[in-house]
Amino acid sequence: MPILELLDVHKSYRSHLSIRKYWILRGLSLSIAEGEVFGFIGTNGAGKTTTIKLALGLIFPDTGVVRLFGEDASKVESRRRVGFLPENPYLYDYLTGEEFLDFHARLFGLGAATRRRRVKDLLERVGLANRGDRQLRHYSKGMLQRIGLAQALVNDPEFVVLDEPMSGLDPIGRREVRDIILDLKARGRTVFFSTHILSDTEMICDRVGLLVKGSLKAVATLVSVTPARQSLEDLFIREARGAPPSPARADGGHAHSN
Amino acid sequence: MLTRISAIALNTFREAIRHRILYLLLIFAVAMISFAQILSLLTVGSEEKIIKDFGLASIDVFGVLTAVFIGIGLVSREIEKRTVYTLLAKPIHRFEFVLGKYAGLSLTLLVNTTVMTAWFFLVLLIKGMFDARLGVAVLLLFFQFLLITALAVLFSCLSTPILASVMTLALYVIGHLLWSLDLLSARLSTEAGRILCRALYYVLPNLGNFDIKGEVVHGLTVAPGRLLWATLYLLLYGSAVLWTACAVFERKELQ
Repeated sequence: MPILELLDVHKSYRSHLSIRKYWILRGLSLSIAEGEVFGFIGTNGAGKTTTIKLALGLIFPDTGVVRLFGEDASKVESRRRVGFLPENPYLYDYLTGEEFLDFHARLFGLGAATRRRRVKDLLERVGLANRGDRQLRHYSKGMLQRIGLAQALVNDPEFVVLDEPMSGLDPIGRREVRDIILDLKARGRTVFFSTHILSDTEMICDRVGLLVKGSLKAVATLVSVTPARQSLEDLFIREARGAPPSPARADGGHAHSN
Repeated sequence: MLTRISAIALNTFREAIRHRILYLLLIFAVAMISFAQILSLLTVGSEEKIIKDFGLASIDVFGVLTAVFIGIGLVSREIEKRTVYTLLAKPIHRFEFVLGKYAGLSLTLLVNTTVMTAWFFLVLLIKGMFDARLGVAVLLLFFQFLLITALAVLFSCLSTPILASVMTLALYVIGHLLWSLDLLSARLSTEAGRILCRALYYVLPNLGNFDIKGEVVHGLTVAPGRLLWATLYLLLYGSAVLWTACAVFERKELQ
């Protein structure tokens, strides 16, 4: 059973005063298997964040099916095993790092002792052990990203969804986030993340999906696009510009292997 | 369910008490209650009435302002700043989020009203003007704040913060003038007009149910059962408003 499955999903938006529909996703089909690290890449406005919001039941598809752990994604219980970090997270800046993580742990009904232990472990894991008593408004962007990542892991999730986790981070911050993703992979977790940073994607992903203007242009294993055949950047640029199909082109959302 | 609602409520309360506006409103309220003593010097023989009237009015106005501005800010900001994403991506029902926010705001108002009332009663005790019925008047004002907060939460789920503030404040004013609709319906000549007036009279929040300031200040009799009726009205009307807010938020697209 796939962890996340989207079948022929269409999604449109209407601006407040307009009756015109703007299509964000056009027949998107995608399947994420257990234990893989999947990089979701695409141009700005391609529909990556919309896809993630659909997967988490924050918005609803016009047509099509979105399933999380085999259940309708709009069902609350399907999110019990999920961790999520939104893009450029605006976190509760009046809370300290410890209070912030404790609050999110409470939402999973964890007991006080478990919460204390979990908060301490997570702060250490994201390198904020000595900053836990500071309010988030005094955190740097990199620290915010790391504490945001920590809240996504507070329930020890089986499936971690990260929206642009490396966005705006310096090389050290990117390295730290990358290491956390690799650590999750080593623990057998499934990771789905969107990004613009192709070099990171090449380093840590098992598969990549390329979304252009709401359509999935390619789903490929990294082996099939790495230097021996073509770089991820080549694939990205060619598909984003609407070039003819490549060997790594998607077929109904299933990955091509070598 | 209760664990999640209480976690959100506690976080909302924590946010409110770390908000500077809350303290500004409280300082203004305490200053206004104190100012009533100076104002009372300008009148002859009505010092007690002025102090009581001005004190209750200050609690009323600043309580409503807290309910509207902090209430709407706390809910709308969650949506605007997208902090709600991290919450609703967890196993939380949307109605739990709405009820948690409401409970947190109610707790904030309870603390706010208690501080204002404590100062008001202290002034009265020093002056030897304390009347236990003022406690009932303040309790009814608190019930009114709870209803206004429910409306603020509903409008926050429906609209932008500015529009939600305007609509909530408009309903506060209308809610205190609803008796005029009742009078108007009796004077209208057309049946359709009368039906419309009566319908509006019952649909709009009747905040007059929570107002016994006049009776208490002027030493008039408060109708027996007034507190019971106000409690029932709050429970029924408040529940209906919160149910609507939950239903609206359930299908809201968080863009």
